[in-house]
Amino acid sequence: MTVSATNMPVAELSRRAYKIRRHALKMGQVQGQGYVGQALGVADVLAVSYFRALIYRPGEPEWEGRDRFLLSIGHYAIALYAALIEAGVIPLEELETYGSDDSRLPMSGMASYTPGMEISGGSLGQGLGIAVGMGLGLKRKGTGQFVYNLMSDGELGEGSTWEAAASAAHWKLDNLITIVDFNNQQADGPSTQVLGMGDIAAKFAAFGWHAQFVDGNDMEALVEAFDKARELDDPRPRAIVADTLMGRGVPFLEEREKTHFIRVDEDEWDKAIEVLDAGYAAAAA
Amino acid sequence: MSVDAPAKPRLKTSAMIASIAFEGQRTVAAPFGHALSKLAETKPNIVGMSADLAKYTDLHIFQQNHPDRFYQMGMAEQLLMMSGAGMAREGFQPWLTTYAVFAARRAYDFLCLAIAEEGLDVKVCCALPGLTTGYGPSHQATEDLAIFRGMPDLTIVDPCDAIDIEQAVPQISDHKGAVYMRLLRGKVPAVLDEYDYKFELGKAKMLRDGADVLFISSGLMTMRALEAADRLRADKVEAAVLHCPTIKPLDEKTIIEAVGAKPGRLVVVAENHSVIGGLGEAVAACLLGSGTVPAGYRQIGLPDKFLDAGALPTLHDRYGISTDQVVARTLSWLG
Repeated sequence: MTVSATNMPVAELSRRAYKIRRHALKMGQVQGQGYVGQALGVADVLAVSYFRALIYRPGEPEWEGRDRFLLSIGHYAIALYAALIEAGVIPLEELETYGSDDSRLPMSGMASYTPGMEISGGSLGQGLGIAVGMGLGLKRKGTGQFVYNLMSDGELGEGSTWEAAASAAHWKLDNLITIVDFNNQQADGPSTQVLGMGDIAAKFAAFGWHAQFVDGNDMEALVEAFDKARELDDPRPRAIVADTLMGRGVPFLEEREKTHFIRVDEDEWDKAIEVLDAGYAAAAA
Repeated sequence: MSVDAPAKPRLKTSAMIASIAFEGQRTVAAPFGHALSKLAETKPNIVGMSADLAKYTDLHIFQQNHPDRFYQMGMAEQLLMMSGAGMAREGFQPWLTTYAVFAARRAYDFLCLAIAEEGLDVKVCCALPGLTTGYGPSHQATEDLAIFRGMPDLTIVDPCDAIDIEQAVPQISDHKGAVYMRLLRGKVPAVLDEYDYKFELGKAKMLRDGADVLFISSGLMTMRALEAADRLRADKVEAAVLHCPTIKPLDEKTIIEAVGAKPGRLVVVAENHSVIGGLGEAVAACLLGSGTVPAGYRQIGLPDKFLDAGALPTLHDRYGISTDQVVARTLSWLG
């Protein structure tokens, strides 16, 4: 079965995002750790990606006709696994193996381990350049697939990102869409303080990209941005800077002191899931 | 001041494009570029990509012959590796070129993780290996093998001459996976066709036998070892030359057999590379590990220091890798 750029309505996309958040929390609970803050923050982006934008076959992750989705930020693997579970690429039962020895779901995303994981991210600053090569390769083959690359704001500090940004514009890669998860957190503190990048969308625009800045937790805004990025008749590569909130959907985590790694105590996982469930039920009602 | 004194030749700094051939030596122009162009005629998935050094790595020959298959990636070696990885993911076989210093020192992480760890079929061919330019440490890749030998799943090739390069290119292409080749470019000497020799990826080959000394060598130092072996005859020294163009995986079996067959020989490992981390240490570990102990063991390679700028003949003499030095040092070790 091919999942193809649907017109899935916002309410259904919101339900998918809720499920992605729930899967991520369940995985976090298995290990008692994990980048759940990022997963909760980026869940809406992933829901739009996998249920509105991407063309793929859940049962055939290497199908040549698929749009490529690269996870440059390997530590966000928990978020992508949650999306891949929701998309039917990874069986739900496998969630229980997250981060365990010999699991297909290691804590940092690796291509050789996991169906649907296109690249081994994690050495930050590599995804966008690989996306450039894949974009060139797809152009060479003359096929119309998109390459999506999910990266982070902290990753913008890597110079290789900007080598790739210049190159994508130079080669007019209108088949490349990069999403920057702007959650303003990285290992040593807020990204704007660690190495301030100023106006990120303006930087991409200055490099020759079509760039949009959106509220990354506003489903309608995301839908509009993704639709535009895909449908734009313009030879520029596309950037979507998604302003997200770490911990989104679980208020006590949203409010917790923000660091790269949100601490969740042993007795808080069930509570986090309850709060998420309640929040979604209230919003959907 | 004597008016009769002959003018001393002015030895100028050896440029990036300096040939390593000596005056009058038989050479082949751009063997890598021509070999890849020819191979690409039968392999439509080959593409060439360079980081603003196509002309200096002979990839411009490929560019001229297959313009639609050449990608100029700009002066961005990290991007070169990443985009090569992406191309390989889409089913192409990219041949990436830059200088060895930039691939090894600047783009290591990208070759390591985007290409080698992913098992991708990407070939990285780099000019100016070891001491093949007079421009000083910024361009002299004296430690590229030391850097790359630690990378899992990377095959490393250090060809001797134009013949080696021409034969290596199709075999490197047929080998699925990441390969790093040290490239000799421009007018490249041709010597190996004088021997009963065929390049085989992963194999060391005995080019000549001799009772007193066994040179184990790679890259252009095989040429020097062959020249030295000829000259050593004048001193009644018979030298064998075992050429090891594949540095990794090392053909340990052939090396152990060659040393073990005549353990009374002095083993001299000769390489255009630092004495740290290259062929010399690899051979030593292989011999010690197998309990194969030769009568003597010496290394001819570049010293563990940042090297001078200048003319290559001067520098090769200064650092002990010229033919004169190979002969003199070997005789001194024989006593």
